[in-house]
Amino acid sequence: MAEIKRYDNRLGIWGWLGGGRWGVERYSYILHRITGLGILFYFLLHIVVTSLRAKGIYLWAGRGFLHQPIFEFGEYLVFAAFAYHACNGIRLVLVELGFAVGKPIEPVYPYKTSLNVQRPLLVCMMILTLVFLAAGGYSALTK
Amino acid sequence: MPETSKALQPINFHITRYNPETDSAPCVKTYIIPVREGMTVLDGLHYIKDNLDSTLAWRYSCRMGICGSCGMLLNGRPGLACNTQILHIADANLTVAPLPNFEIIRDLVPDLWTMFDKHLSVKPYIFRADEAEINDPAGEFYQSPEQLESYLQFTYCIKCGCCMAACPTLATDVRYLGPMPLTAAQRYNADTRDEGRRERNALTGASTGALRCHYAGECSRACPKGVDPARALQLLKRRLVLDYLHLARRATPCKKLLGPGQGKLLPDIAAAPKRTVEPGEKPQAGVVR
Amino acid sequence: MNGTKYWTWHMAAGVVILFLLGLHMLIMHLGATTHWFAPYNGESVSVQNSLFRDGTLFFTVTYVLLLGVALYHGLYGLRTMLFELTLKPAIEKTITVVLVVVGLGLFGLGTWAAVAAHGIALAGARG
Repeated sequence: MAEIKRYDNRLGIWGWLGGGRWGVERYSYILHRITGLGILFYFLLHIVVTSLRAKGIYLWAGRGFLHQPIFEFGEYLVFAAFAYHACNGIRLVLVELGFAVGKPIEPVYPYKTSLNVQRPLLVCMMILTLVFLAAGGYSALTK
Repeated sequence: MPETSKALQPINFHITRYNPETDSAPCVKTYIIPVREGMTVLDGLHYIKDNLDSTLAWRYSCRMGICGSCGMLLNGRPGLACNTQILHIADANLTVAPLPNFEIIRDLVPDLWTMFDKHLSVKPYIFRADEAEINDPAGEFYQSPEQLESYLQFTYCIKCGCCMAACPTLATDVRYLGPMPLTAAQRYNADTRDEGRRERNALTGASTGALRCHYAGECSRACPKGVDPARALQLLKRRLVLDYLHLARRATPCKKLLGPGQGKLLPDIAAAPKRTVEPGEKPQAGVVR
Repeated sequence: MNGTKYWTWHMAAGVVILFLLGLHMLIMHLGATTHWFAPYNGESVSVQNSLFRDGTLFFTVTYVLLLGVALYHGLYGLRTMLFELTLKPAIEKTITVVLVVVGLGLFGLGTWAAVAAHGIALAGARG
């Protein structure tokens, strides 16, 4: 039989960002990845900058190079990213180790899935994130 | 019972068409069809094929949500065409596309073999160390209702591929096993009659196994049978970690019942009727059964 | 089961970072008001307060520990994201090697800096 020509229908990166309508868990997964990348990028620079203290260079102290509004705002963004990534990370550790997904049940329509079981945990973590964001924002603005 | 309206409403069906012999890429064609309340997407496709365009190709079989053949992307969400009513998801426009994350053979027909190959690779059957016992069983396995409930939900999978289409990891990672095969692996791992967990762990615990799941939850939202693959995958991950840390509880082997009268008799079960033919005895000639 | 092994350590590292980085954030951002590990006046990140912390063994050790787990957690996460793009095996191997080299390199740099700063702080305190 002759080989039928196939068309590769993978969504690609668009599949990460969207390809249909999603639930809140998918948005939280996307944001978890974005904040992770942001924190990693900052962290790699942070290691180099803070290692300069061994040579007596303190770029972050007093009137150092890093005391410019753009860097201060960037610092708040990193703090915000960490607050979200950490709170969502706690939720993921609990869920991915099977603690917050509930026991298998006989499916009866309308179906209630593990997403319904972990939704209260997601809401709590998001509230906690907002509390940290507010506390960090207050601390940054009143510095 | 409320009266269903018999009024016809024109709905635009924007269907992805692709003929591998003439097209280089899929394109969208629009058909306007009269839709009555209660019509499913499958009914709409049949109308198109019967009246508007007989070249339209798609898979279907049972038309009642049990065979899993008619999985499609309906208004951006994977679902079964046979159990999705048009007017439930569309007011005037309905987009029908083949399931993403699979190659398209033609029109709305995806190539599901990658999914089936991955499914086969996780050994989706009761696996016992003693093969002779499987081929020549000496008795039946006893399984309590609680033991059954620990995996029953995952047996409802109809292999439609909607979860695979919804998964964000499968959008870019071809080698990821995917929600359906991993749910099948968990279904057998949790079955007390099975002894193949360690063999399956080699595949499900590899980097392209369950660990590529990041709980986006789209698989459970897309599943038309309430199988909840997301739950199965997290339970699978839990067991993988416990096995790695050697903290898994030793599984009690499934009891075998070697004859009648060994199981726990449930209350209110009527006694069996008296035998009419004793073992070894031939039935009397001319007796009507 | 290598995948499971690395992933389990990734999760464990995440939990460790939660506590250590949380403490780091508290000290750096609230130190001016609470004076936790920042006994000198002014910002918690001032030169004097930084030298104070660098001079304590607790901070030197926890800085190195936080550096190690954070590098592992972050770079393994990046590797996971990149490997989900269905790359050729040769490219995947290259990515692994590059990330291991970068990780070990930055760990070495950070550890050297922490130990050197510890020495400088102690010398300054004595002299």
